[in-house]
Amino acid sequence: MAEIMPKIGLKEGPKELRVKPIVNGTVIDHIAGGQALNVLKILGISGTTDATLSVVMNVESSKLGKKDIVKVEDRELLEQEVNRIALIAPAASINIIRDYKVIEKRPVDLPDEIVGVVRCQNPNCISNTLEPIKSRMLVKARNPVLLRCLYCEQPLTERIAEYLI
Amino acid sequence: MFMKRHVLSMREFSREEIDSVLDLAASLEPYARGRKSDMFAGKILALLFFEPSTRTRMSFETAMKRLGGSVINLGPAEGSSISKGESLADTVRVIGGYADALVIRHPKEGSARLASQFSPVPVLNAGDGAGHHPTQTLLDLYTIKKESFLENLQIALVGDLKYGRTVHSLAYALSLYGADITLVSPPTLRMPDPIKADLSNKGTRVRETCDIGEVINNVDVLYMTRIQRERFPDPVEYNKVASSYRITPESLAGARKGLIIMHPLPRVDEIDPSVDGTKHARYFQQSFYGVPVRMALLKMLIGGGS
Repeated sequence: MAEIMPKIGLKEGPKELRVKPIVNGTVIDHIAGGQALNVLKILGISGTTDATLSVVMNVESSKLGKKDIVKVEDRELLEQEVNRIALIAPAASINIIRDYKVIEKRPVDLPDEIVGVVRCQNPNCISNTLEPIKSRMLVKARNPVLLRCLYCEQPLTERIAEYLI
Repeated sequence: MFMKRHVLSMREFSREEIDSVLDLAASLEPYARGRKSDMFAGKILALLFFEPSTRTRMSFETAMKRLGGSVINLGPAEGSSISKGESLADTVRVIGGYADALVIRHPKEGSARLASQFSPVPVLNAGDGAGHHPTQTLLDLYTIKKESFLENLQIALVGDLKYGRTVHSLAYALSLYGADITLVSPPTLRMPDPIKADLSNKGTRVRETCDIGEVINNVDVLYMTRIQRERFPDPVEYNKVASSYRITPESLAGARKGLIIMHPLPRVDEIDPSVDGTKHARYFQQSFYGVPVRMALLKMLIGGGS
């Protein structure tokens, strides 16, 4: 199996620009265009990370129109941490790379509960206070995504990216 | 069969569980009326009311004491550990060590569920912000069952259906009994769409109107709620709305013989005191039924003697 080799088509200039393949790590492909930074946020990867990252945004995609790609080198992301990105990128696919080869490729699948990733939109919810708890969202539907706060039971279905912690 | 460790939300109750609470409450009603019992001898109930309460707090206290148990109170938040910035999680962990069960009312939604995660003993939600108040709903159901009938009931929920937490839980519970529900409210205080959608998805017949006169003669239960003055920026508008939802003996002239009128109390202007003496008024019985229903819940959660 070949490593993911995104091709960035440009209308003018070079026909093709290849992002360097990674030796080992994780490639998250087919992220909806413009959502790559939110994906990093969900994965807990901030600007102070030591990880070697490649972030490609708004590449033309036959499937999505425009897509983003994230590559994290030397880190194989665990299934449960990656599945959370289905909140904002349900079409994403995860590719685990070892020695330039895709050894595992699978779609993302939201778990039944999301802990500490999305805060409740209800400002009067106890989870939005200084209590020693993490936000807990139950996944009630997957397409479109419908979350319900475990504490106050308020639903959250639109603008989920705005409520990422 | 009732297997719960906590009582937090009506959403978690099946119809069978509700029936078991109501049946036990019926068997405990003589004790609520004064028959002697030491069923809860040696048991302690802690009342954590972070918001004012009269009926709920006192009926829990009565339920416990009538069955021989005792009660400890958090008291005013000022001067307590709360004013020193202690978290709710720590408060319930500490007080849970002193008591056999906790009753909590708190201004934040979801607070009772949080308490249940940290408490070593059962937690009963006595109102969490605009969220749930399940013991009120259970006593409402008990009242309907005793004073009217639960199966295929025609009921009108009247007043503030937007912010009133009791009506949301009650509507949900009634949906388990095949109720036909008419929602009567001013346009600004309509029941939120997600709750209506939830009811419709459960197969409940739900109608909406602003005109109470349309429904008063066609229901078995008229469930009134208080319309709060502070919901209206314009006092003239408030007076107009409040007076249009006022029940008087005259407005009941064409009502069904068996119609009962309920209200979670306190009332302000929505039921004229001259209605109190009519055969329809049930709101004071309703308030009393809080005692046997809370006795039943406590019995199911903390046991005690026979």
